[in-house]
Amino acid sequence: MKPRKRIHLAAHFPGVNNTTVWGDPASGSHIAFSSFRHFAQTAERAKFDFLFLAEGLRLREQGGRIYDLDVMGRPDNVSILMALAAVTDRIGLAGTVNSTFNEPLDVARKLATLDHLSAGRAAWNVVTSWDEFTGENFRRGGYLPKDKRYLRAQEMLSTAQALWDSWDSDGIVADPASGEFLRRPDEGAFEIHSDQFDIAGRFPLPRSPQGRPVIIQAGDSEEGREFAAHSADAIFTRHAEFTAGQEFYADVKARLARFGRRHEDLKILPAATFVLGDTESEAAENARQVQYQQVGPQTAIAFAEQVWNLDLSDVDPDGPVPSFDPKTEDDVDSGGHISKGRASVRMYRDPVATANEWRELGEAEGLSLREVVIRKNGRHTFVGTPQRVADTIDRFVQEDASDGFVLVPHITPGGMDAFADQVVPLLQEKGSFRTEYEGTTLREHLGLAPLRSDALAQS
Amino acid sequence: MTPPLPAMAPFHLAIALDGTGWHPASWREPGARPADQFGADFWVEQVREAENGLATFVTIEDGFTAARVPGDEGRSDRAQGRLDATLIAQRVGPTTEHVGIVPTVVATHTEPFHVSTQIATLDWVTSGRAGERIKVSTGDAEYALFGRRQPGTESRDALFDEAADHVEVQRRLWDSWEDDAEIRDVATGRFVDRDKLHYIDFVGTHFAVRGPSITPRPPQGQPVVTALAHVDTAYRLAARAADVVFTTPDGTGRDGPTGDAATTLAAARAAEREVGRTGEPLVVVGDLLVLLDDDAAGARAQLSRLDAVAPLRSDAAVLAGSVTDVADTLESWAAAGLTGARLRPAVATNDLPRITRELAPELARRGLTRGAWGEPGSLRDLLGLPRPADRYAHA
Ligand SMILES: Cc1cc2nc3c(=O)[nH]c(=O)nc-3n(C[C@H](O)[C@H](O)[C@H](O)COP(=O)(O)O)c2cc1C
Repeated sequence: MKPRKRIHLAAHFPGVNNTTVWGDPASGSHIAFSSFRHFAQTAERAKFDFLFLAEGLRLREQGGRIYDLDVMGRPDNVSILMALAAVTDRIGLAGTVNSTFNEPLDVARKLATLDHLSAGRAAWNVVTSWDEFTGENFRRGGYLPKDKRYLRAQEMLSTAQALWDSWDSDGIVADPASGEFLRRPDEGAFEIHSDQFDIAGRFPLPRSPQGRPVIIQAGDSEEGREFAAHSADAIFTRHAEFTAGQEFYADVKARLARFGRRHEDLKILPAATFVLGDTESEAAENARQVQYQQVGPQTAIAFAEQVWNLDLSDVDPDGPVPSFDPKTEDDVDSGGHISKGRASVRMYRDPVATANEWRELGEAEGLSLREVVIRKNGRHTFVGTPQRVADTIDRFVQEDASDGFVLVPHITPGGMDAFADQVVPLLQEKGSFRTEYEGTTLREHLGLAPLRSDALAQS
Repeated sequence: MTPPLPAMAPFHLAIALDGTGWHPASWREPGARPADQFGADFWVEQVREAENGLATFVTIEDGFTAARVPGDEGRSDRAQGRLDATLIAQRVGPTTEHVGIVPTVVATHTEPFHVSTQIATLDWVTSGRAGERIKVSTGDAEYALFGRRQPGTESRDALFDEAADHVEVQRRLWDSWEDDAEIRDVATGRFVDRDKLHYIDFVGTHFAVRGPSITPRPPQGQPVVTALAHVDTAYRLAARAADVVFTTPDGTGRDGPTGDAATTLAAARAAEREVGRTGEPLVVVGDLLVLLDDDAAGARAQLSRLDAVAPLRSDAAVLAGSVTDVADTLESWAAAGLTGARLRPAVATNDLPRITRELAPELARRGLTRGAWGEPGSLRDLLGLPRPADRYAHA
């Protein structure tokens, strides 16, 4: 029999999309530090592997105006994680940081500082948003062609790794008596000449407690999967259905050998939502209510507009799916689309087919537009009693549909409380989830092999 | 009987933190713990010490090079390496409740959009105690670390103009969300009133930034911006962009002596007139590098001993003396019209506790500085600066 796999869990601070319910009386501030502290401390109390923060560097727009229906407004990721290091001890701190609108020295320095000042708990989710729309907030504008986004990301990451590796792990001697501060005069020296970068000098920080921060990747394309298989310690995916999850898992793990990596060197962590109840029927009813909160009438119209690429403000969300076809001339990436700054819109590769599916579903079951949107977009990953949810999560992991999950609650900041109190103890009873942190660093929580230090590598 | 000590300070004590201290030999002093500066406790202890000493704010130095001065690059006998100051600030923020926290930010190699959200985040984390010190980078080594522009091809004036633009973008982004933009109107499904979110549409010679910010307006509205000035270009930058200017009375800038306290104050006021500054005048704070001992002779002996190990070069005046000597100097600065002093401890382990435990009570006794913390408030409150109205809000 296979040994029992250990589940890895991350807590995703509720994001700026309609998954997050802001109208509920339980919903608190999305920007106050107290919300972040509550959320992080709950996840740490539950012995989660890490806290996760997404990033978006421009407010979304639809129809030429700022999209106002979702929660919005968030802090700088690495900054807030650094502050959270002051109020937590063990939990990993994972921030999404873009590779297009940053420079490697700055990013590498910030993440190494996060690792130093959290005693080895830093992680970087490398994302590649490159679009001109986002670029309008930055010095270089939309300078990077789409087909170079992973070239840039790969060079960014390998450069950051070279910087992190540029100091011996015992590079600081700092002996007041002898006056010797550095082990070698050239600690930190580096030189990089590549397509994207032309930099040289000395990296200003000694090697950090983990050697390097943990690397996470969240792209889904062929290039994204290759990038993850080559370079990432964990992959954050949308494939949270059992069969699709198993396929994705097998696909990505099979790529590892080509890069000389082992099966366990890359953890696969799908995003997952959950709704609990004391009984199955109560959980189902709770789930239904959350779906209606997540897709209000205005959000239903907004989602339809993303498919139709048309202003549908005159359409009745409680009426049928529109009978006319979407406008198809503008590619999402060309900038002409009604929706801007939203990666998920790229899922609608064939809007006419999507509209037809929606219409057929509405007609077959007598559903309104809003109900169709709820069916198509509002599904929760896990719904049930704590026992049911714990059983399902464990089955996904034991049967290789994932190595764990990045859990996305829908309420800030208390959305993880019930999971921590009710589901985690059941996973612990099964022997599938830690009851105490065994190590101090995020690499240790994730069961990743320690990095060889430079000194060892050289000897 | 002594009169009750005021909570509102007429004169501000600020402390400039930089690793083990401002003297290049400081890391070799007893108790300096030079290797610990890459861990959190080192910084938490220093900032708490400053807070216990009732300092209005601390600053944290920064730069992208491993060496603090260009000549030390690659010297294994000099302290090397530093953490990102803005992140040190975030890390110490939740461990304190009164003291303002002012990390250094390099304008030349950073994105104003990122810096704006980082400082806004610090303000959220500290409930309104954030500031920044904006700085220009001219060193070749720093340019090479980024590889995006050619060193030596840009005039100092152009670099200072860019820094002023950098701050302007940050400020516009801080204002780009009106304070009451978040409405949570369930009936209409709207989380924000988008009429209260604003494009900033900044277009300058170095960058154009569209906005709005991704971060809501921070608690102070505008975190406190500071700049160090020795020469006219820097005074003009401060007058255009900053709330607080650090000057170096009786110090030495790149172009020679910087003049006494009154002279630096006059230079700041002249720069304000020259750039047509409106609103609050600059808070003018003098910088002084201090090495404290029981008496002046002891302090001077200490300094010679340290200088023999590694010579100190300083733009700010260096005062090796007793607590009384420093207090006398600061009192004379207050009399000359300065609003505060930023002390740079030569040796953190020695001079920081001397400042907080001996000098601070002495300054309070003289009625110069606060004698106790009041209710926690914002850095603007401490400095007597009003919370600014949002430039985009129309009544
Ligand atoms: C689960 C998941 C989460 C993501 N989160 C973010 C995010 O927070 N910020 C961001 O800019 N991009 C995010 N992305 C976008 C990707 O990281 C990637 O940059 C983009 O999808 C383009 O790469 P691709 O074509 O390989 O998917 C996410 C993608 C996935 C699948």
